[in-house]
Amino acid sequence: MMDPRPLTPDEVRRRRKRSVAIALVLAALVAIFYALTIAKLGPQVLNRPL
Amino acid sequence: MTPPLGTSWDLPQPPEPEPVAMTSLSNSLSPAQGLAPAANGDVADFFALLKPRVMALVIFTALVGMTVSHASVNPVIGAISLLMIAVGAGASGCLNMWWDADVDAVMTRTRTRPIPAGRIQPGEALAFGLVLSVGSVLVLGLAANWLAAGLLAFTIVFYAVIYSMWLKRATAQNIVIGGAAGALPPMIGQAVVTGGVGIEGLVLFLIIFIWTPPHFWALALVKSGEYARAGIPMMPNVAGPDSTRRQIVAYSALLAPLGLAPVFLGFGGQIYAVVALLGGLGMLALSLQVQRIRQGETANRTAMSLFAFSILYLFLLFSALLAEQGLGLFRPLPLIA
Repeated sequence: MMDPRPLTPDEVRRRRKRSVAIALVLAALVAIFYALTIAKLGPQVLNRPL
Repeated sequence: MTPPLGTSWDLPQPPEPEPVAMTSLSNSLSPAQGLAPAANGDVADFFALLKPRVMALVIFTALVGMTVSHASVNPVIGAISLLMIAVGAGASGCLNMWWDADVDAVMTRTRTRPIPAGRIQPGEALAFGLVLSVGSVLVLGLAANWLAAGLLAFTIVFYAVIYSMWLKRATAQNIVIGGAAGALPPMIGQAVVTGGVGIEGLVLFLIIFIWTPPHFWALALVKSGEYARAGIPMMPNVAGPDSTRRQIVAYSALLAPLGLAPVFLGFGGQIYAVVALLGGLGMLALSLQVQRIRQGETANRTAMSLFAFSILYLFLLFSALLAEQGLGLFRPLPLIA
């Protein structure tokens, strides 16, 4: 159920900052898993039968 | 007065106007009381839940555990592992703040933390801590190995459950036993690099473990009134200040020679030997001063000097190891070589 009370401008600002932070964390996770894959498998990641 | 492990505190909670699932979960699980009903935390508040200073210390000690292991690791894997160890430590700090919100609310040092100040709801902190705990352990397992991940999981459970939920409110030995959680990061660091735990990680664990009581009890001597008001059985409140002072001296007397162990085991060199010797003597001298000066404001100042010096001592010990092993400054003592 939704809170009927409208958000104040300050609450909206904080929610936006939290959303941006979550987006940055997700992007960092993508970068971590990409780097981890390359580090674990090395150049061999591309060397496979098609 | 401590509830058995796993039971809720069942403290009176404010009525909930809206039966939102997350909110009711937070109120049923939280031991905190008297919190502001509406919370709208900032990003900085969530970051504060992770105890950033503790995270920095954990990164530092885990890095030293990695460097003294005489093995190498892919720098990307090493960096990601360090990050996950830090996130896991932060998650355990977050769970600790969730559980201890009622205690934090009555102590001046902690009453402005996000949960007692009402900026973050207990349920938000619980969810945040749990997600980060599971995530950090899984990523560490995938990045390094499952021994390191298992040690990190053990650290989180030990700090959040064994220490925070049980020992802290149950026994004056709380920080002695609970100190194991803070002492584990060097062992995790070594496990990341070598896939196992050797004598180096074990000795670094013991140094932090034995360092913890004189460090915290020096603070507890000064803050005993606050701990008493919060109902936390710290050693000065239970055994009395005189007994606490004697125990501080005993642990410092144990710590000083233990700090030299890396020299005799071959992973602490000349720089480390000098730092460990002078630092250990400094800890012992300050402890004896704390035992000698027992009255008035001077006693508090002496105890706080020991508290501050203990932080410097541990920092210098680990910095010396890092400099010797990481920067190639290691020169063994002639007698040892």
